Amino acid sequence: MCNQTVGLIAAELESKGIPTVTLQLLRSIAEAVKPPRGLWVPFAHGYPLHKPGEPELQKNVMRRALEMAADPALEAGVLEDYRPME
Amino acid sequence: MATTKELKMTVRLFLKAYRWRENNPIPWTPLTKPLSECRVALVSSAGFVPPGQAKFDESVRGGDSSFRIVPKDTKPGDLADSHRSESFDHTAMEADPDLAFPLTRIMELEAEGFIGQVAPRHLSYMGSITAPGNLMRESAPAGAAILVEDQVDLVLLVPV
Repeated sequence: MCNQTVGLIAAELESKGIPTVTLQLLRSIAEAVKPPRGLWVPFAHGYPLHKPGEPELQKNVMRRALEMAADPALEAGVLEDYRPME
Repeated sequence: MATTKELKMTVRLFLKAYRWRENNPIPWTPLTKPLSECRVALVSSAGFVPPGQAKFDESVRGGDSSFRIVPKDTKPGDLADSHRSESFDHTAMEADPDLAFPLTRIMELEAEGFIGQVAPRHLSYMGSITAPGNLMRESAPAGAAILVEDQVDLVLLVPV
């Protein structure tokens, strides 16, 4: 449910003129709800930024997500995959 | 990797029959400035509540779609988990709230110059909302209005 909730909030933000990037944990829900910019992360429920107590791993996910917003080639409904670096 | 297979059978059956709300058309706003000049806000659906604010109400049918404002100077360790779902492991985000509400991390990205600045206010929702009508009609627009008021350039949304 969390995946849908953030996807719907993201749409509202975009409609009010604020660009968004939405992390998604379940690809099937991301494909159904279609957040404006989605980054699917291959982590378990409850672990959206990879691992607890690992600041660099967490920031890697955030940097990748935020970089999506700066990519002018992307179009509405884009869903990319995050590949963790370890 | 998150899958529905790890969920309880009752939850899996519910999800199988559930009609997901599709963003159609998909709203889209291009980013018009470099990340290093952007004011960035966080929106998390981890159900965290800052000190002194009411917990999310587990008794609301269809899910409590209200939100809490999280000021940027909130210490992540002071956030209380009040997400009602039993379908995920809460232990990691309770031990390290930055895992799902990365306030410390976004401050670090500001210090590194990766983003311009951290927004003054961030939003916390409780994502277990099966009936999102009120979310879409009221609480998402109300949250967006706050971030518009704060002249936020970009939002990162984090589910659990």
